[in-house]
Amino acid sequence: MMTIFDFEKPINELESAIAELRQLAAEKGLDRSREIAELEAQRERLLKQIFAHLRPWDKVLLARHPKRPYALDYIRLMCESFLELHGDRLGFDDPAIVGGLAKLGSYKLVVVGQQKGRDLKERQKRNFAMAKPEGYRKAMRLFRLAEKFRLPVLTLVDTPAADPGVESESRGISEAIAQSMLTMFELTVPTVAVILGEGGSGGAIALAAANRVLMLEHAIYSVIPPEGCAAILYRDPNKAPQAADALKLTAESALELGLIDVVIPEPLGAAHRDPQTTALSVRSAVLQQLDELSQMEPDALREQRYQRFRRMGVYEAAR
Amino acid sequence: MQRRAAVQANAEQWVQCAKCKKILFRPDFERAMRVCPHCGHHHRLRARERVLLTVDPDTFEETDADLRPVDPLEFPDYADKLHKGIAASGENEAIITGTAMLGGYEVVIGAMDFGFMGGSMGSVVGEKVTRCFERGAERGLPVILFCASGGARMQEGLISLMQMAKTTAAVGRLQRAGVPYIAVFTDPTMAGVLASFASLADVILAEPGALVGFAGQRVAAQASVGKPPANFQTAEFQYEHGMIDLIVPRKQIRPTLTYLLEMLLPTPEEAHAR
Repeated sequence: MMTIFDFEKPINELESAIAELRQLAAEKGLDRSREIAELEAQRERLLKQIFAHLRPWDKVLLARHPKRPYALDYIRLMCESFLELHGDRLGFDDPAIVGGLAKLGSYKLVVVGQQKGRDLKERQKRNFAMAKPEGYRKAMRLFRLAEKFRLPVLTLVDTPAADPGVESESRGISEAIAQSMLTMFELTVPTVAVILGEGGSGGAIALAAANRVLMLEHAIYSVIPPEGCAAILYRDPNKAPQAADALKLTAESALELGLIDVVIPEPLGAAHRDPQTTALSVRSAVLQQLDELSQMEPDALREQRYQRFRRMGVYEAAR
Repeated sequence: MQRRAAVQANAEQWVQCAKCKKILFRPDFERAMRVCPHCGHHHRLRARERVLLTVDPDTFEETDADLRPVDPLEFPDYADKLHKGIAASGENEAIITGTAMLGGYEVVIGAMDFGFMGGSMGSVVGEKVTRCFERGAERGLPVILFCASGGARMQEGLISLMQMAKTTAAVGRLQRAGVPYIAVFTDPTMAGVLASFASLADVILAEPGALVGFAGQRVAAQASVGKPPANFQTAEFQYEHGMIDLIVPRKQIRPTLTYLLEMLLPTPEEAHAR
């Protein structure tokens, strides 16, 4: 499946033209390099122009882009090694959440992330990265492993939401989300969360109660999907673009509101145009946070995490 | 004019059960704490009524009543909704909190008000709940929270989502202080509230028939294979699945809380021995 969004159309048209010209040149043995260079410069200008004026809704589409790199892509591209571990030890292994032991620079880490599927079959297997209670219970089991062996934790957040189905409700999805946050808050090792794509409400915060919360430039982080918000606000899910504006769900807004610590820039044209470069940016951003956090005492880490979230909230005292 | 007033006063003497539709004599209905004597349906209570029905007479001292919501995102219609919430509930926000005596035990108590924007959790609710846990931890006072909420407050966007984390972290403080926390799920206890501090209580009680669940019914049905069971997302469903300790009729809530406090709190001798 290849999805092209409206704002990407002119770029993709140019890219096809460049590819065609290249093929033609190769087949006929002609030198068309000047024309190709001209088109590529045009593509670059167009990308810059389009990406300078992205609306929140464009970011929603980018965050959900089917070619966007997913958690396991980042782990593969940014970690020296990774061994995936499985199961919640309570009867299940949720493929929507992956986790394991990884090396990142000089650090040994526990990594936990939500994993989307690339094709239809994998999407179904991974339940579109909508974790069930057992996914969060697997995450908690790995958090406790990290605490026991004094390993820092990296979480990679990319989920539309936690799984809302009957099965998840029967096994306590709400309790699992709450306990996952609580488990993260009680850790005395450094924790870093990166919002990679979709930071979908409770499903996302369950893995994001960290010392540092980073967000990719075109990721989104929201209390409700814009479609759901539009259905409530305008009684029309098609007004999701307006709802996306109102929700202030972009990385830029989250940073302005003081709810995240760092926005990690993406290459021109977004992560899916250059996963390698994006992964290296994530790597260096995470390493920088780990370098800072690893200077802190265990109790200070827990306290910093408490205070980080404690100050969030805007209200007035009337007296 | 006089006649109309008389008719109205007369009409106010009667109320209809929301479930079985039977007509009830209001003084009887109020004496039964708004539980229908025919079908047992538990009608919603205002937060303040709830607290006053629960605690020892004249012992409730409200805290943080001065906290007021603002509109940090300039969200469409939020200011208007806040005004309506104040008018509908008579409260400044969707929760009231304070300290009180309950069965002779001093407690920190909070009750959410569904009448104020569906009991939704924004900055003020998050802050007041957090302060309950912090106060409980500092002073060694057990915390009792009556939940009634549709979830996180959409109109404060990501700030509301962060209240889930903030309140959860505060539960952690209370737990480390070894202080009991009891939650009572009343109709409804949903989504962002259920998926944060509500589900983390040491003991969880629920009123019969209360709606308790994660996602809206339609979303849940769409995401499921087959039809959800008839009692899906009720207190009874959650009880069957091990998520709630006890379903307690409204009349029994106060004695049950008193018993739990007696069991979970150290006696003066035990406290001394520690």
